Amino acid sequence: MLLIQQFVNSLMLGSVYVTVAVAFTLTIGVLNFLNFTIPTLFMLAGMIGWALAYWGLPFGLSGPLPWPLALFFGMCVSILASLLVERFTFRYLKTKYGDSTEHAIPLVSSLGFLLVLENLVRIGYGTDAQRFPGPSADLTMSIGGIFVRIPQVVSLGIVVVIVVGLTWLLNRSRIGRGLRAIAENPDAANILGVDTNRVVPVVFMLTGLLCGLAGALFAVNYGEVSPQMGEDIGTKAIAGMVVGGLGSIWGAVLGGLIVGLTEMMTIHFFGADTVQVAVWGLLLLTLLLRPQGLLGHHSIGKGKL
Amino acid sequence: MSGYWAGILSILAINVIFAYGIFLPVATGQLNLGGAGFQALGAYTAAYLSAMFDLPVPVTVGVGMVVAGVVGFLIAFPILRTRGVYLVLATFAFAEVVAGTILNSETLGGAMGMSVPAFIDWDVPVIVAACVTLFVFYLMSTRFGLTMRATHDDEVVTDLMGVNIRMVQVSAFAIGGALAGLAGGLYAHSFSFVEIQSFNALVSIYVLLYVLLGGTQTAWGPLAGAAFFTLLPELLRTVLPQVKSFLAALVGIEGPVGPPDDSWRFVILGALTIAMMVLRPEGLITRTMLERLRFRRPSPSKEQVA
Repeated sequence: MLLIQQFVNSLMLGSVYVTVAVAFTLTIGVLNFLNFTIPTLFMLAGMIGWALAYWGLPFGLSGPLPWPLALFFGMCVSILASLLVERFTFRYLKTKYGDSTEHAIPLVSSLGFLLVLENLVRIGYGTDAQRFPGPSADLTMSIGGIFVRIPQVVSLGIVVVIVVGLTWLLNRSRIGRGLRAIAENPDAANILGVDTNRVVPVVFMLTGLLCGLAGALFAVNYGEVSPQMGEDIGTKAIAGMVVGGLGSIWGAVLGGLIVGLTEMMTIHFFGADTVQVAVWGLLLLTLLLRPQGLLGHHSIGKGKL
Repeated sequence: MSGYWAGILSILAINVIFAYGIFLPVATGQLNLGGAGFQALGAYTAAYLSAMFDLPVPVTVGVGMVVAGVVGFLIAFPILRTRGVYLVLATFAFAEVVAGTILNSETLGGAMGMSVPAFIDWDVPVIVAACVTLFVFYLMSTRFGLTMRATHDDEVVTDLMGVNIRMVQVSAFAIGGALAGLAGGLYAHSFSFVEIQSFNALVSIYVLLYVLLGGTQTAWGPLAGAAFFTLLPELLRTVLPQVKSFLAALVGIEGPVGPPDDSWRFVILGALTIAMMVLRPEGLITRTMLERLRFRRPSPSKEQVA
């Protein structure tokens, strides 16, 4: 029974990883860009949400906001930050310098953004973990002896809706066609009339939305936010994305759930200290034995999604 | 010399060695985001040998360097099979596995850390850093350095020219790992204490940024990058409190604010990174810049040679 309870818990934890992993895989799949600001965007939504719910708007414009509104603003900040990242990282990835580390240019600037945003939050709000005033944690229901918290069920539902919606967007809509064309071959897409500078920001908006959503769900479900909250979630989401296969959305879903399960089972059988070794060992093994991941293709950025 | 400056000189020397450890793989086109893992290997080996067997410092640091180098050599084969984003992720995962293993190891003190009995003053890291700098300059001037540069610029052509690029990449990765391990060993003895929290993922990121901002084309780059970012907080010591109170007032925080912490230097590091990648992605110090600085006619252009 305890094992089933752990399994349900891992599903809930996994759903946060899934959302962040989908954000990672989307940027990699379309733009072949490992966006290291994603953990920070996740953290921004949670911390800004907390600050608004605790202090209210800056300059004393309002008192503390109710938590859903605060989280909504937090998500907006995360989307705006993501667009800012696009403006200063990806727009400069033109193959100007013919050397083999040039793919690293946006990656390195995204590391720069990671440092700037995270440390600004640290300076503004301090480094301590803060309690998020969300809905009461007592909202649980019991199905056959398994305790399930209602906010977690709701967030699981939201995650499913988002992933299905994203798949629809990519496969059926005009913007999705543009994105897939860019993933296949950016130059050809450009010649055939896909406006890169209009379509690429959509990827970053979706990234910001997914991260903001994950951050908001995390804040509500775990009731605690901190400037460091992105590091752990972000690295585990990367692990999930690689296990599932880079650039594959359903791979990220599967990988995120596998990482959540691995984490919970490792805690259950070996204790909390070994989680890092288990998750990162899983990642390293995947990279060495099957670099394309479970559902991925041999080369990334070649139009699959 | 006061203890304050001795500490700064030690950390500067260690950062320079560490930066060269990351520079070598990057100079062959391999981004190594697992520097903290190699540094931790060197530091913990040195700490363990010093605490358990009371070996002299040159032995502990040397063994730490060899351990990091051998591990780097062994993992280079599977890791360098991967490329681009995968390589970054694999080196990152390696550092996390090292950190996780040390955290769970009873003999290495786990989360408590280990104290290191033997202490070295600031002069040892500085002398070692000077030797490492000379070694890397020498290495870049040899035929091996030339093949590294060629591998970085175009792997396919270099391969066609008969260079064993795999050998070049693996050697650069392993030597880099050894240098990072050396930096770790010196760190352990300089600060008399190691804990795994000081070898986290952010450390790997910082040192990679030092190297990339300094420039990867010449051996001057890592030296400049590491020196600049180690000395930056000292230079900003007077300016920052004012900026901080101003910003605090701007976002509506009333009352006195504490003295600025380490966060500021990382904000500046990050902002400079973003600016550099936009304006000068090849790094601060480039070959062309050095040629201009020599105050003589630039070397004959390609057309003239041909």
